Amino acid sequence: MLYIKCPHCGMRPQIEFSYGGDASVKRPELNKEISDQEWDDFVYNRKSLRGKHLELWQHISGCRQWIKIERDTATHEIFKTFKADEEVA
Amino acid sequence: MSQDFRLESVGLINRDKKLSFKFNGKKYFGYEGDTLASALLANGVHLIGRSFKYHRPRGFFGAGVDEPYAIVQLYRNNETEPNIKATEQELFEGLEAKSVNCWPSVNFDIGAINNFLKIFLPAGFYYKTFMWPKSFWYRIYEPFIRKAAGLGVASIKHDKERYEHKYEYCDLLIAGSGPSGLSSAYAAAKNGAKVILAEDKPRFGGSLLTSDVNIGNQSGKDWAEGIIAELKTMPNVVVKNRSQIFGYYDHNMLVMSEKVSDHLPKTKKYHPNKRLWYIRAKEVLISSGSIERPIVFGNNDTPGVMLSSAAKEYLKVYGVLVGKNPLIFTNNDSGYETAIEFQKHGVQPVILDSRKNPESEIIDEAKSLGINIKNSYVVVAAQGYKKVKSADIASISDDKKQLGKIENIKCDCICVSGFWTPSIHLASQSGNKTKFKEEIDAFVPGNSKQQETTLGAANGVFSLEETLQTSFAKGRELSKKITNNDNEVSVPNVVEKKSSEHDKFWCVPLPTGKNYKRFLDFQNDVAVSDIEIALREGYRSIEHVKRYTTLGMATDQGKTSNLNGLQLVSDIENKVVPAVGHTTFRPPYTPISIGAIVGREVGKHSKPTRKSPMHSWHEKNNAVFVDAGVWLRPRYYKRGNENLFEGSKREAKNVRTNVGVCDVTTLGKIDIKGPDAAEFLNRIYTNAWLKLPVGKARYGVMLREDGIVMDDGTTTRISENHYHMTTTTAQAANVLSHLEYYLQLIWPELNVNVVSTTEQWAGAAIAGPKSRDVLQKLFPNLDVSNEGLPFMGYMEGDLFGVKARIFRISFSGELAYEINVESDNGNFMWQKIMEFGEEFKIQPYGTEALSTLRIEMGHVAGSELDGRTIPYDNALEGLVSKKKDFIGKRSLQRAAFIADDRQRIVGVVPLDKKTSIPEGSHLVKDANAPLPNPKLGHISASCWSVEYDNPFSLAIIKDGKNMIGEKLFVMSPLKNKVIPVEIVSSHYVDPKGERVRS
Ligand SMILES: [Zn+2]
Repeated sequence: MLYIKCPHCGMRPQIEFSYGGDASVKRPELNKEISDQEWDDFVYNRKSLRGKHLELWQHISGCRQWIKIERDTATHEIFKTFKADEEVA
Repeated sequence: MSQDFRLESVGLINRDKKLSFKFNGKKYFGYEGDTLASALLANGVHLIGRSFKYHRPRGFFGAGVDEPYAIVQLYRNNETEPNIKATEQELFEGLEAKSVNCWPSVNFDIGAINNFLKIFLPAGFYYKTFMWPKSFWYRIYEPFIRKAAGLGVASIKHDKERYEHKYEYCDLLIAGSGPSGLSSAYAAAKNGAKVILAEDKPRFGGSLLTSDVNIGNQSGKDWAEGIIAELKTMPNVVVKNRSQIFGYYDHNMLVMSEKVSDHLPKTKKYHPNKRLWYIRAKEVLISSGSIERPIVFGNNDTPGVMLSSAAKEYLKVYGVLVGKNPLIFTNNDSGYETAIEFQKHGVQPVILDSRKNPESEIIDEAKSLGINIKNSYVVVAAQGYKKVKSADIASISDDKKQLGKIENIKCDCICVSGFWTPSIHLASQSGNKTKFKEEIDAFVPGNSKQQETTLGAANGVFSLEETLQTSFAKGRELSKKITNNDNEVSVPNVVEKKSSEHDKFWCVPLPTGKNYKRFLDFQNDVAVSDIEIALREGYRSIEHVKRYTTLGMATDQGKTSNLNGLQLVSDIENKVVPAVGHTTFRPPYTPISIGAIVGREVGKHSKPTRKSPMHSWHEKNNAVFVDAGVWLRPRYYKRGNENLFEGSKREAKNVRTNVGVCDVTTLGKIDIKGPDAAEFLNRIYTNAWLKLPVGKARYGVMLREDGIVMDDGTTTRISENHYHMTTTTAQAANVLSHLEYYLQLIWPELNVNVVSTTEQWAGAAIAGPKSRDVLQKLFPNLDVSNEGLPFMGYMEGDLFGVKARIFRISFSGELAYEINVESDNGNFMWQKIMEFGEEFKIQPYGTEALSTLRIEMGHVAGSELDGRTIPYDNALEGLVSKKKDFIGKRSLQRAAFIADDRQRIVGVVPLDKKTSIPEGSHLVKDANAPLPNPKLGHISASCWSVEYDNPFSLAIIKDGKNMIGEKLFVMSPLKNKVIPVEIVSSHYVDPKGERVRS
C-alpha cells in the first residue's frame, strides 16, 4: 500500500485516495474547434508508461483536493506531490 | 500413559500442566509448552500423514515454519481448519487433529499405489496425464484427484471467530527475536526509538534457545530472557510473540499476523482469533535467521529423517528424543552440536561426515565425548517404510562421485545437516536483488531496496559475536538517525565454539543398480529425477522448471528445497547457481488465514449501512427493505400476506388514483454556491442553465467526456448564487468528485464551491392526483395552486415550526411534490404527511412501486443510464444544447453516436398481455434463427403496468426510432423463455406529460 504525501494534509495511506489518471493530459478549451484526432487523444489515448509518470489523485477521504503525484509506475517510488494549481517543475 | 521419548527435567515445557489431546482419534498426553509435533514425538508417533502425489508415509522434518510434511486438519472448539503445521501448532487441552492426504487411513492408503506407479507420474504429470479424453476430466480424473489429494478440508460453516486489523507506525520494525533481533531492538530502544519486535514462535530467543553459547557470562537463553524482560518494561517498545511478519510491501509497509488465540482451547470473550497488523516502519531490520537445509539421498523422505537442528530443538526446548539410536549425517559442524546434545543425554549417536578431515572446537568436543565419527561417509539410502529402521551407508571419494562398499547400520532416525540457508524472503519481497555468497552456498540480500537492513544469519553471518556487534551497531545507528539520541550500549562478551568450513556437498550419488527416489521438495514430492526430466524436455528458466515440476510451489514455498533444486539445475546445466538465479519470493511467507485477511469486513460489516431518518417508522410499518447502494430502502410495505408483486402493485395504483408518499432521502444532494455557479452548471449539464430564475428547478443530464450519460437529476436555484443539485442515489459520490475535478483542475477560475448535503436533508416525495390537497393541509398559509407553485417551481415553507423546502418535481409522472427538511426533523415531517394525508387515502410506497411508476412513464433511471448510453439512446436529445459547449459534447459527433440506426429506448408489451418479461433478456427478430441469433437490444427494466394492468418493459434497441409497432421476440435463455412482443413508445402512460402539469 502506497504512502502518499498529500500537499494539504501530509503523509496518508493510499486507501484515503482515489486514482484519477494521467495528469499531463490537457482538456481542450471550451467552444474551440478541434479535430477528431485531438479529441480522441484527450478522451482515450493514453501512454502506458513504465517509469516516471505524473498522475492525478483525489484525497477523497481527506481534504477532497485533487493533487498531482509524480510516481514511478514500475517501482511505485513517489518523487514529489503537487497541489492542483502548483507548477510541476 | 508414559511418554517413552520424553527426557526428564530437560526443556522449557511446563511439566506441572499435563494436557490431553487426540490424533487420528487416539488419545495422548503432552505438556503445556509443547507443540502438537513435540507431543506426538514424545509419544513415539512419527507417522503423521501421506505425501501429496505418491502418498508416501510422512513424518516430521523440521520443528517450525520450515516444516514441509506435518500438515494436519485441526479441530478446535467445534471448528475445523486445514493446512495447520503440527510443528507450529501449540498444544492445548482437548486439541484434536487428523492426518490429511490419507484415504482411507494414514496406515493404509489407497493413493500409495501411486508410489508403485510413479513411473507414470513424472514431472509435469498434471499437464500430461488426465488430459484425455476431455470428458473424463470432470467425471473421473478430477473427483479422484480431489478425493486422493489435497491438504485438508475447509470448513463450510460460518466462521464464528473474530479477526481484527490494526494499523501501526514505528521507527524500527524488527523481524525475529534471535540474537540479532534482540541486540538491535535493545540498542534502538535505548535511544528512545519506537520499536516493534516480532517473533513468530511462542518463545523469544530464536537460536539462543538451543545453542550452547554464553553472552555476558550467562547462557544465551538467560541473556535473551533478560533482554526481553527489559524491553517489555519500556514504553517505546512493543514486543509480540506468535506474530509472523509475512509480507513486505511498498513504501515500507509490512503485514504481520498475530495468532492471538490459536494456542488456547477456545478464544476468550471479546478477543480476536487473529490480528493482522499493517505496520508502516521508518526502518525495517530483518533478523529472520536461517533454515537448515537437507542433504539429498535415497528415500530421504522416510519418517524419521529430519533436520539435525530440529532434532536439537525437540531435545532442548521440549525434552523430546526424536530417536534413541540416532544417525547424524552432516557436511558441517552443526550436526556435531546435535550429536553432542544426544550424547549428553545418554543417547549414543553415530556421525557420518562427508568431509575428509575437518577440525574445530566443536569436533574436538564430540571426539572427547567418545562419539563415533565416520569421515568421508554418507547415507546412501534410508531403509524402512513407515519409519526409519536402518540406513545404507558408504564411504565417498574425495570428488564425491564414487561410493565405497555399502554397509547397513541400524538406526531409528537420521538427523541431516547440509548447512544453512539464510531466510531472505522479506528482503526479497522488499525488492532487494539478492546475491549469491560462495562461502555459504546460498543467497543473501544485496543492496537495500527500501529502508530495510538484514542482519545476522539472515544475512549469512553465522558467528554469534559478529552478529551481536553488527546488530547492536545497526540498532544504535538507525535509531540515532530518527531520535537524535546516542546512548551507548556496551556489547556483551560472547563465548562460542569456533566451527570449521562446511563441505560443498548436497546430493549423494545413486549407487549402481539402485533407483532410489531422492526428494528435493518434500511437500510436492519433487525428486531429483523430475528435475532431470524437465531439463531433458527443454525447460531452462528456473521459473519454468519450478512450474513444470512444482518444485517449491507447495505451501512451505520451498523453504527446505529451493537451494538444492538450484544446485541440481546448475550441476546439470554446468552453470553456477547465481547464473541460474532463484525464483521470486512473494508474500505471504507462511500461509495466512483468509479470515485474518478479511478482518471484520464480513457480512453486514462488509460495507457501511446508511439509514434514512425515517427508518424506524418504515420498520414499524412492515417495510421490507432492499439494499440500494449502501442505503437500506423500503421496497414495499407489507400488508397481511401480500407478496412483493401484490404489495408494490397496490402502492403504485394508489399513487395513480389517490396519493402516495415515498422516502427519497437517499437521493444525492450537493449544495452549489458562488457567483459563477450558473456558468458552472451550464458547462456541466447538457442543457441551458444561464437563464434559470430563482425559485425554479430544472431537470439536467450530465455527460462524461466520452459522451456517455453520467447522471441525471434536478437542480434548483434557491437564491441568486445558490443552487441545490440532486443526483441519483448510486452516483452521488462520483458526481461530487466529478464537480470537484472540474472546479479544482480544469476551471479553477470559476468562483464556485460544492459540498455534499445528502445527509443534511430528509426528503419525502408526495405523488398522485391528491398530492396538492395533502400539501395544502401541510402548508395552509402557502399558495400551492398550479399558479402559485407551478410544475418545476420551488418555495420555502413552515411545516408547523419546521423550515421546509418544497419542490414541485415528479419522478412518478403524477402531480407530485418533494419536501425536504433538516434530517433531524425527517420523522416529524413524515408523521405530519401521514396524518394529514389520511383523509386522502395516502399510503407509503417503496422502491418497487417507484420503479413501476417511472417505467410505465418512460422515465429513465440507472438501468438505462448504465454507462453505455448517450442522451439520444434515452430519448433525452431534446436536452442537448446546440448553442453552447459542455462536458462531453464533442464526443457526441462520433460516427457511432450519430448513426442513423443508433440504439434508442422503446417500450415493450407482450402480445398475450400476461407474460412478465425478465430484465436483461435479449430482443431478436426471429426466435428460430440459427445461433448466434443477431441481438437487437436488451430489456433494461420491467414492471407490471398498473395503468393498463399488463406487463410493460423498457428496452434499448438498435434503430429504436423505427421499431415502434414492430413484432419481435424477447429471449431469455437463462429463464428458458421466448416471448412474442410488440414494440411501443417508451412513454406508455400520459405521453404528453399532462398530469405533472395539472
Ligand atoms: Zn489532503
